[in-house]
Amino acid sequence: MKAFVPGDAAALAVGADAVAEAVTGAKVVRNGSRGMFELEPLLELETPDGRIGYARVASDDVPEIMRLRADHPKCVGPVDELPFLKRQTRLTFARCGITDPQSMDDYRAHGGLKGLERAIALGPEGTVEEVFQSGLRGRGGAGFPAGIKWRTAAGAAAPRKYIVCNADEGDSGTFADRMVMEGDPFMLIEGMAIAGLAVGATCGYIYIRSEYPHAVRAMQRAVETARQHKLLGRLLGSGHEFDMEVRVGAGAYVCGEETSLLESLEGKRGEVRAKPPLPALEGLFGRPTIINNVLTLAAVPYVLAEGAKAYADYGMGRSRGTMPIQLAGNVKNGGLFETAFGISLGELVNDIGGGTLSGRPVRAVQVGGPLGAYFPPSEFHLPFDYETFAAADGLIGHAGIVVFDDTVDMAKMARFAMEFCAAESCGKCTPCRIGSIRGMEALDRVLAGTDVPANLALVEELCETMKFGSLCALGGFTPYPVMSALKHFPEDFARAREVETMS
Amino acid sequence: MEREEQIAAILRRHEGREGALLPILNDVQAALGHVPPDAVPLIAEALNLSRADVHGVVTFYHDLKRVPADRPVIKLCRAEACQARGVEALAPVFEMDERIEVETVYCLGLCASGPNAMVGDRLFARLDEGAAKKLIGEVAA
Repeated sequence: MKAFVPGDAAALAVGADAVAEAVTGAKVVRNGSRGMFELEPLLELETPDGRIGYARVASDDVPEIMRLRADHPKCVGPVDELPFLKRQTRLTFARCGITDPQSMDDYRAHGGLKGLERAIALGPEGTVEEVFQSGLRGRGGAGFPAGIKWRTAAGAAAPRKYIVCNADEGDSGTFADRMVMEGDPFMLIEGMAIAGLAVGATCGYIYIRSEYPHAVRAMQRAVETARQHKLLGRLLGSGHEFDMEVRVGAGAYVCGEETSLLESLEGKRGEVRAKPPLPALEGLFGRPTIINNVLTLAAVPYVLAEGAKAYADYGMGRSRGTMPIQLAGNVKNGGLFETAFGISLGELVNDIGGGTLSGRPVRAVQVGGPLGAYFPPSEFHLPFDYETFAAADGLIGHAGIVVFDDTVDMAKMARFAMEFCAAESCGKCTPCRIGSIRGMEALDRVLAGTDVPANLALVEELCETMKFGSLCALGGFTPYPVMSALKHFPEDFARAREVETMS
Repeated sequence: MEREEQIAAILRRHEGREGALLPILNDVQAALGHVPPDAVPLIAEALNLSRADVHGVVTFYHDLKRVPADRPVIKLCRAEACQARGVEALAPVFEMDERIEVETVYCLGLCASGPNAMVGDRLFARLDEGAAKKLIGEVAA
């Protein structure tokens, strides 16, 4: 019999190793997480009726579970039947939590390598075209069509080209990249190999943030295994060469910005570059470079294996395919929920997320990380789609949703947005470097009730300057959380005004 | 091993690598707990960079320290998702304890299980006051 105990960092953080050690009489597989973090550590036992789950298992529970099985109070029944999983459309996360992430046999048995096989059959041009036709857009936040990026790099003549995977997942409320690296690393390697084949790049880097040591180890191990199985090197014995290396960041949020990441990979300060030149033409070490987020590259094997149309059939408008959405913060059922674009924010937060963990009313959700806007429940009708969120003065970003209950002080969250920007600014452009500090100071005065109307006017003016004058999204998008807090929750800034009246 | 030898060994390990500076600095930080000022000229020479270049990189990244920590370090996530789950009320438990040094990090990627902390490579989620005190006790011991 097989027992599954996730090796995912979120499971390790709540004692999964001790649970795995306590299991006797079964072969233990350290799978990825199913993405239901309230249930971790989630022990699964393989039975003739499918995999039966046991939630929030402590090592002491294991002997009782092995004896009582389905009668144990922590039994949640067949895992695949849990509504949180059943409602999803898992294309990118089809294998995550199910297979042994470090087993190439498992990977093959669950549809792995079919994408690369088809890419080899199609050849470079056909592969680029397939990605273009799928409508796949950059999942890191910007939503730029991957196919256009790939076409540009493919068309550039150069002795050397690079594929760079952006795994600097720094947005609070996001963990999908980490789950891919820990739960299905070969898929990401396959995606990078396909990208290499498509644009004629032979060398790849994956840049992983240092806060993810488990993902780093998982990827390093998987790269070694991939070489042994010709998923790297001479790709599946074809005439195409591609190899890659794992690189680790050093704690700088701004390195998630693509040009800053390239600087960092070159061994420099992670300062943002002005564009143009586009990285697709002059990227890493001045060579044509595809830089894509983990989720973008991880979606590629499906697109190739099943065809562009199969992927593009999901979604709405110009947002095609599925999005691995991450429910986080004060939410009852937090975790990874992959679904087609178009689902409403309210359905995600209330129906799937189950509202707040604290049981108090939802007051605000921040969508798209620290640079994303805050929305009140009155905006919960918004469908999850790039254009809709942009029109509502927000962004879907890397698809993290952080839920807050009614105890949140939105004036403080606005101040935090400025503080975060000040802490993480690379310092190259003035609106971001200085604007964030001045914004923080002005909001401190607002919070203290000092000259509130004038200071709020100053905050608005700073936001305008940062939005239009910054080199990259850090300074350029920090106004989103600040201005959305002001727009949707003016009473929290008025509360500070009452302090002023009292003094 | 002498510090200089350790640094030389790290430099040899990365010889000929593209963009080797950050991997070298990460290794020095891991081996010595900081990047000492006397390492800077050695690294600069090996990579044919100016000392200013290396210094600029060392001072850019939050992970790279110029002085070693004098107490065990606990990294506490204080980003939005952990704030939504109450880290600000918990933070004083860490900050008031003089046996440890608490370092703010923004996101450990466990955003549906916070408040979260990291010690070395070990992760701790769902922290409440009791768990925080237990963790501090373990780390300080």
